[in-house]
Amino acid sequence: MIAEIGHYALVLALGLALIQSIVPVIGARRRDDTLMGVASTTALAQFAFVAVAFGALTACYVSSDFSVANVFENSHSAMPLIYKFTSVWGNHEGSMLLWVLILSLFGAAVAAFGSNLPATLKANVLAVQSWIASAFYLFILITSNPFLRLAQAPYEGRDLNPILQDMGLAIHPPLLYLGYVGFSISFSFAIAALIEGRIDAAWARWVRPWTLAAWMCLTLGIAMGSYWAYYELGWGGFWFWDPVENASLMPWIAGTALLHSAVVMEKRNALKVWTILLAILTFSLSLIGTFLVRSGVLTSVHTFASDPTRGVFILGILVLFIGGGLTLYAWRAPMLKQGGLFAPISREGALVFNNLFLTAACATVFTGTLYPLALEALTGEKISVGAPFFDLTFGPLFIPLLLMVPFGPLMPWKRGDLLGVAQRLLGAAAVAVIAIAVVFAATSGGPVLAPFGIGLAVFVMAGAVTDLVERSGVMRMPFRTALKRTQGLPRSAFGTAVAHFGLGVSLIGIVCASTWGSEAIVSVKPNATVSLQSYDLTFDGMVSRQGPNYRELVAKFTVREGGVVIGTMEPSKRSFPSRQSSTTEAALLTRGASQLYLSLGDPNEDGSIAIRLYHKPLVLLIWLGALVMFLGGALSLSDRRLRVGAPKPARNAGKPVMQPAE
Amino acid sequence: MTRKQRRLVLIGGSLGVLALAAVLVLSALKDSIVFFNSPTDVVEKHVAPGTRIRLGGLVKPGTVQRGDNLAVRFEVTDGNRAIAVNYKGILPDLFREGQGVITEGTLEPGGTFKADSVLAKHDEKYMPKEVADALKKQGHWKDDYEQKK
Repeated sequence: MIAEIGHYALVLALGLALIQSIVPVIGARRRDDTLMGVASTTALAQFAFVAVAFGALTACYVSSDFSVANVFENSHSAMPLIYKFTSVWGNHEGSMLLWVLILSLFGAAVAAFGSNLPATLKANVLAVQSWIASAFYLFILITSNPFLRLAQAPYEGRDLNPILQDMGLAIHPPLLYLGYVGFSISFSFAIAALIEGRIDAAWARWVRPWTLAAWMCLTLGIAMGSYWAYYELGWGGFWFWDPVENASLMPWIAGTALLHSAVVMEKRNALKVWTILLAILTFSLSLIGTFLVRSGVLTSVHTFASDPTRGVFILGILVLFIGGGLTLYAWRAPMLKQGGLFAPISREGALVFNNLFLTAACATVFTGTLYPLALEALTGEKISVGAPFFDLTFGPLFIPLLLMVPFGPLMPWKRGDLLGVAQRLLGAAAVAVIAIAVVFAATSGGPVLAPFGIGLAVFVMAGAVTDLVERSGVMRMPFRTALKRTQGLPRSAFGTAVAHFGLGVSLIGIVCASTWGSEAIVSVKPNATVSLQSYDLTFDGMVSRQGPNYRELVAKFTVREGGVVIGTMEPSKRSFPSRQSSTTEAALLTRGASQLYLSLGDPNEDGSIAIRLYHKPLVLLIWLGALVMFLGGALSLSDRRLRVGAPKPARNAGKPVMQPAE
Repeated sequence: MTRKQRRLVLIGGSLGVLALAAVLVLSALKDSIVFFNSPTDVVEKHVAPGTRIRLGGLVKPGTVQRGDNLAVRFEVTDGNRAIAVNYKGILPDLFREGQGVITEGTLEPGGTFKADSVLAKHDEKYMPKEVADALKKQGHWKDDYEQKK
C-alpha cells in the first residue's frame, strides 16, 4: 500500500509539474497575476508530493518490504537502520528520486523565498524549473520506477553493495545533488531572462545566492566524495580523475566561473551575455554529469546497473535542455543590451581572466573525460585517460589562475593599477618566497616543483589576508578607525577572503600529500614491526568479529613513535555473505593534519598478512580547505545585501527596478 | 582605449587561452593516454615491449602463483590467447580466478606483462566493459556474465 501511495504521489507531482510548465508562462505573457500565481502553489505542492513519494520509498526500506523490487535488490533485513535509510538512494531508481526531490525543493524554495522577485520573472523561472522536473518525473515513471512490486515477495533482500554501506553514502550523494540540481535554478533564471528578453544587474543579484548555495553544497559534496574514496577504496588516493569524479568537477568549475562573472554583472552591469551562457553551461554540465553517471556509458560504482533505455532517455533530456537552452540563447542573446565598459586591467578584467582560465580548464577536463567515449564510438579503439593527462593540461591552466587570485579582490573596478596592486601584495609575495626557501631547505633533493606549489598556496593564503588587511586599514589607520571599518565591511568581503584562503589550504594539502607521502607495502608476521617515517607499527595479531550483516577479520596494530605508544590501528576485511563479496576497511590514525593509513591485503597460511601502509602528510588540509571554502560561501550568503535581495541603489531609487533591454 | 580596442584585447586574450588549452590537450593526448588491449590484441598487433598499455581479460583459473615479497604471477586470458602477468603488491579485494581484471603496465621483451597496477573494481558483479567486449569478440562471452552484471 505504501509503495502505491508513493507511486501515485509521483504521478500527481508530474501532473502538477505539467500545469506549472504551461500556465505561468501564459500568465507572464498576459500579465495575469492569477495565472502567474499558480506557479508558487504548484511548486510547493510538487515538493510536498515528491516528499510523500520519497517518504514512501524510505518507509519501504525501513520496514524491509521485500515485495518492492527496489528494496529487495538493495537492502537486507539485518542491515543497520542508518544504511536502510541511505540505501534509499544507494541505487539508480532511488537516487533519481532523490534528484527530483531536491529539484522540487529548490522550486519550492524559489516559490517561498522569491517574494521580492518581479512577478513575471518568478513565474517564468518556476515554469522552466518545472520543464526540467517534468522530464525527470517522466524518466523515473517510465524507465526507473522504484515502486514496482515483485509478484512473490522474497524472504530476504539482496543487500546493499557493501562498499556503499558507509556513512559516506549518507552525506555524499545528497550534498552532491544539492549542488548539481541547485544549478538548475541558475539555468531557469537564465532561460527566464532570455524568454523575457531583458536582464540587468538586479537579475544577477537574485541569481547569485542560489548559485552560491549550490556551489557550496557541491564543494562539500565533492570533498566528501573524495574523502570517502580515500578511506574506503584502500588505495589512499584522494582524487583519481575518474570520469565520474570529473562529472562532478566540471559543473563545479563552471559554477565557480559563474559565481565570479555574476559579481561583475551585479556590480558593473557588464558580462551579461556571458553570464547567461555560463548559467546555461553550468547546468548543462550537471546534466551531462547525470547522463555520464546514470546512463551506464561509464561503468563504475556510481552506475549501479545499466539499462540502455535509460541512457537514451537521459540523452533525450540532455539534448532537449542543452540544445534548447543554447538555441534560445543564440536567438535571444544578441537582443540583450551590452553592459558597461572596463579597462583590461581592472577588477572586471581580473574576473574575466578568472573566467577564461576556469572555462579553459573545464574544457580540458571535458575533453579528457569524453575523448575516450568519442574515440571508442568512432574507431573502436579503447583508451584510458588518467592522471598524467590532467596533470599536463589542468595543472598548467590552474597555475596562472591561482597566481592571479590575490590580485583580483585588490583591483579596483573599471580601471586598475597593476603596479599598485603588486606593491600591496609585496608582503604576501615575500611570505611565499620565504615559504619556498624553507620548504626547499627542508626537503633538499626532493621534487623541484613541489616547493613552488607550496609557495603558490602560501601566496594565495597571504593574498587573502592582505585583502582583508587592506580593506580594514588595520596597518594604515588608528586601531579604532580600523575596527570601525572592519565592522562596516560587507560579509561578502570576508566571504571572498575566506574562500580564497581555503583554496590555498587545499592546495597545500594536495601538494604535500601527493609529493611527500611515503608508503610501505609488505607482508608482516605476528609480533613483527613495520617502520615508516618516525612510526613503528607492531602487528599484534588477528581477531575475527561478527558484524550485523558481515563477518570481519580484524588485524590489530600498536603504533609507536620514538618508543611511546600513540595509538592502535585496526584495519579489517569484511565479508558479506549475502553478496558473497568483501570490502577492506582501512584504519586511519590522525596526527595533526597528517594521517597514517593502513589497509589489509590477503592473509597468508603462515599467519602473516600483506599490508599497505601510507604516511600522508597534511592530507586532511585538502578537505579542510574545502570546508573553509564552504564557510567562505556561507559568510557571503549571509551578506545582508543578498539576503534582502532588493536591488535598490540609492541613486536609482526612483527608477523602476527592471528596465527593458532595448 | 576605445570600446573596439578593449573588445579586441578581450577576444585576443580569450583566443590565446583557448589556444594554450588546445595545445596542452593535444600534446597530452599524444603522450599520456593508455590503450586497452586484450591478450589477442597484444599478440596480433605486435605491441612493442616498453609501451604502456592496459591489458584486460579473465584471470585464468589455476594460474595464480604467489611468491615472496607479495610477488604474484597470473595469466590473463580472453579465451583465445593468454598472457602471463607479473605483479608485486596487494591485489584488490575482488581479484579472483575466473573473474575479469584490468592491469596496467608494460610488456617485457620476453612476452610477459609487468603490471604496476591491477585495477580495483567496486562490485563483485561488475565485469569491466572492455573485458566484456574483448570476450565477446573472441566468442567466449557467456550469458552467465550478463546476468551477473
